[in-house]
Amino acid sequence: MEILTYPDAHLKQQCAPVETFDNELRQFVTELEAFMRTQPGGIGIAAPQVGRAERVCIIDLTGMTRGKKKRPVPNQGRLILLNPEITEWDGYELGREGCMSVPDYTGNVIRATRINFTADDAFGKQHEYTSEGFEARAIQHEVDHLDGLLFLDRLVSRRTDLFQRK
Amino acid sequence: MRNWYMMALVGKDRPGIVAEVTEALFAAGGVLGEASMMRLGSNFTIMMMVEIEGDEKQLCEALQPVTERLELHLHLDSIDPGLHQHQIPDLRVLVYGADRPGIVAQVTGALAESGFDITDLDSQVGGDSEKPIYVLMIEGVASAGVEVTHQALEPLSESVDFRVEEIETLIG
Repeated sequence: MEILTYPDAHLKQQCAPVETFDNELRQFVTELEAFMRTQPGGIGIAAPQVGRAERVCIIDLTGMTRGKKKRPVPNQGRLILLNPEITEWDGYELGREGCMSVPDYTGNVIRATRINFTADDAFGKQHEYTSEGFEARAIQHEVDHLDGLLFLDRLVSRRTDLFQRK
Repeated sequence: MRNWYMMALVGKDRPGIVAEVTEALFAAGGVLGEASMMRLGSNFTIMMMVEIEGDEKQLCEALQPVTERLELHLHLDSIDPGLHQHQIPDLRVLVYGADRPGIVAQVTGALAESGFDITDLDSQVGGDSEKPIYVLMIEGVASAGVEVTHQALEPLSESVDFRVEEIETLIG
């Protein structure tokens, strides 16, 4: 596997829903997760970033810390999300994002602070989730990939709205 | 031989400055790097990295028709090619208060002493002419963290209000 980087056209396409939950899919998910963990940061990845146009993403903020004091980031562990659909958005917050598919660039993006979403697991069973804060931001970032959107599509000016956090 | 220059252009603000300057550079075979342009007071300012085939004299000549017509002052410095060297800021400092001489020097002096490396600074004078207020937004890399930065600014808290905030960057 290798990370595709913008302007690779695969990153800008709508991904197809996962319809077949078979061993091949589960093998891909296992390989995608292993690959994610080899990448700097490595807290999330979406299938189109490695050239598979299917609605698959993985997020894991376990072990991630904030600031110099290394405070843990609230999270619910490893999330394998197939066909994720965000159903509710609440609040908004400005934050800085980068992307493995957009090297050497970070910018400000507004995301919902709390989301409800559904996703299938690797066996096709649907689950409901709620997520907040940094994890919610990561999920929104990865789900965007499945719709052909990069954080570049959501950039806001670095000179305005910097202090709209709650 | 291609060379990189840091180009500074300043003049009275009017519509079309950016379009005309960049068109002249494009026509001369110039390549633009990173740029920061903004209106400061009633002036328009450009700081821009430009790569061009030729030397400073040739770059000046390429821009001369535009700088003369738009009455822009041009300053060029030869620089090292330096793209793809971003630092990711991890701290943001907002300072505001009644405008007075010395705010920037004192704030940035305290920050420098605490090991804070400024990557971006933006300041504006607001309020009215009777009671102007100075607003300073700074981003940078803090080697010592939010609390040390906060403590470094604390002695200034009698004359300015300030806020220090971590910038968390998500790499997804």
